[in-house]
Amino acid sequence: MRNLFIDILVKEARLNEKIVLIVGDLGFNVVEPFKKEFPNRFFNAGVSEQSMIGIAAGLSMSGFKVFVYSIANFPTFRCAEQIRNDIDFHNLPVTIVSVGSGLGYGNLGYTHHGLQDYSLIRSLPNTLICSPLDNNELKSSLKYLFKNPQPSYLRLDKSLNIEIKSDKKNLYPGEWNLMSKQKNTKKLILSTGSTYNDCKKFLKKKELQFNWYSIPMWGMKVKTSQYKKLSMYNEIVTFENHIQDGGFGSWINEVLSVNKTKKKIFVQNKFINSKVIGKVGSENYLNKLYGPK
Amino acid sequence: MKNIDQISKKIRKNILKISHAAKSAHIASSLSIVDLIVNIYFNFMQKNKRNIFILSKGHACLAQYCLLYELGYIKKKTLDTFGKNGTILMSHSSHKVPGVNLSTGSLGHGLPVSAGIALSKKIINKNGKVFVLLSDGELNEGSNWESLLFISHHNLNNLVIIIDYNKIQSLDFVNKTLKLQPLKKKFTSFGCKVLEIDGHNHKEIFKSLKNSSNRPLVIIANTIKGKGISFMENKVLWHYKPPNDHELKLGLEELNK
Repeated sequence: MRNLFIDILVKEARLNEKIVLIVGDLGFNVVEPFKKEFPNRFFNAGVSEQSMIGIAAGLSMSGFKVFVYSIANFPTFRCAEQIRNDIDFHNLPVTIVSVGSGLGYGNLGYTHHGLQDYSLIRSLPNTLICSPLDNNELKSSLKYLFKNPQPSYLRLDKSLNIEIKSDKKNLYPGEWNLMSKQKNTKKLILSTGSTYNDCKKFLKKKELQFNWYSIPMWGMKVKTSQYKKLSMYNEIVTFENHIQDGGFGSWINEVLSVNKTKKKIFVQNKFINSKVIGKVGSENYLNKLYGPK
Repeated sequence: MKNIDQISKKIRKNILKISHAAKSAHIASSLSIVDLIVNIYFNFMQKNKRNIFILSKGHACLAQYCLLYELGYIKKKTLDTFGKNGTILMSHSSHKVPGVNLSTGSLGHGLPVSAGIALSKKIINKNGKVFVLLSDGELNEGSNWESLLFISHHNLNNLVIIIDYNKIQSLDFVNKTLKLQPLKKKFTSFGCKVLEIDGHNHKEIFKSLKNSSNRPLVIIANTIKGKGISFMENKVLWHYKPPNDHELKLGLEELNK
């Protein structure tokens, strides 16, 4: 996914000379093609995330479309206030890209586990979260962001490289991207991010009772628009590779809780169990024990 | 310079009146930067529209708002809403106010953003300088020192960093909080050219701002917190205290002399 991201960014940068890439001294074997082709639009801000985000804000205030690349919690929690004040409040076209969502860097330990980033970013009113499930959703998200530069957070899986067949060429914030559909069902799976295998396993157990949609682009701005579609279902199961607190499932819960209706919708959140905090192991190992199921 | 002296005095009077009406804090921080920002705006911003100014010490925004009123960006009616419910003039610099580029208030944000603006000018070979005004207490923030590494590495010599060195921060004197000395050496060691000036002497301010260095420029402006109103000068108290009716009268009498 990360290499595909850079390939797409390089292609776009050939067409748009305002694209700039800043890295936080990370991206070995990933960011080099951009650096090689656009040395004047590539900057390594060093291990200085607060400065990096401020610089990105300054560049974007001057007309550049800035992509900031780093991993795990470094471009989010470390520089949370810079994102809040400098980028989100000023509504600047900066996309923060973080690789290693969920337990992608499992062996590297808690410092590198991306478990709470949704909770931080989704509290920002102007920032769009892009959490693609596969390469197609990554392509659609970037296509949208190139056309609509805005404060945004692109959350990438470290090693996943799958492409689910899809007829959709364009996706929009808040839109549900169909994964599988059944006739006359009132049961729904909603997922975001790298949750393909978890959803598949769940569906296997439940046979063919559920419609499954992924929401690759979401955030505060498209929250209220979700209710109408949700209310078509009686049972909803959410999936995410993030802890429950402040996550995607909680976002759906909030949508349902603020809409007063007589209709009862049964909701179940599937998420990474926070008991994983402090545990070390490969992504597979940790997911088996603590992943969404 | 005579005109600039008069404008500075007028701005000080307005700061005093508005701070009194709004019962707002940070009067001394605002008085401290008046001469610096009047010089920056009148001699550099007005004359070259490609220059950009960022007030990183956003809590001194009242000085900036009063200056923007003098320049016609803000109407008196708007200026008088300072500190009132529903005003656009938040009590820290706001980009929603005409003539203000960046909302600040949390310290340590202005320098990294200014570095980004200066870098953008370098990428596209655009003229114009970026002036950024920081407080001395603000230098406690690590983000400034992160940025200085970047500024020096990319030799952003279109960036002018001005330090309002009034030696008092929020709760106490700088020297009793976290010592900054040797400040000049610190900036020099980061690869900057450093000038030390009297931050209330318009000739010195103008000369230093005009300096065309081939390295990033830092101006350490020695200032007096509360400058212009003797009972407020160099007192920690006036970081937060708004003037009462009697103090307003005394202050205006002194400024009218």
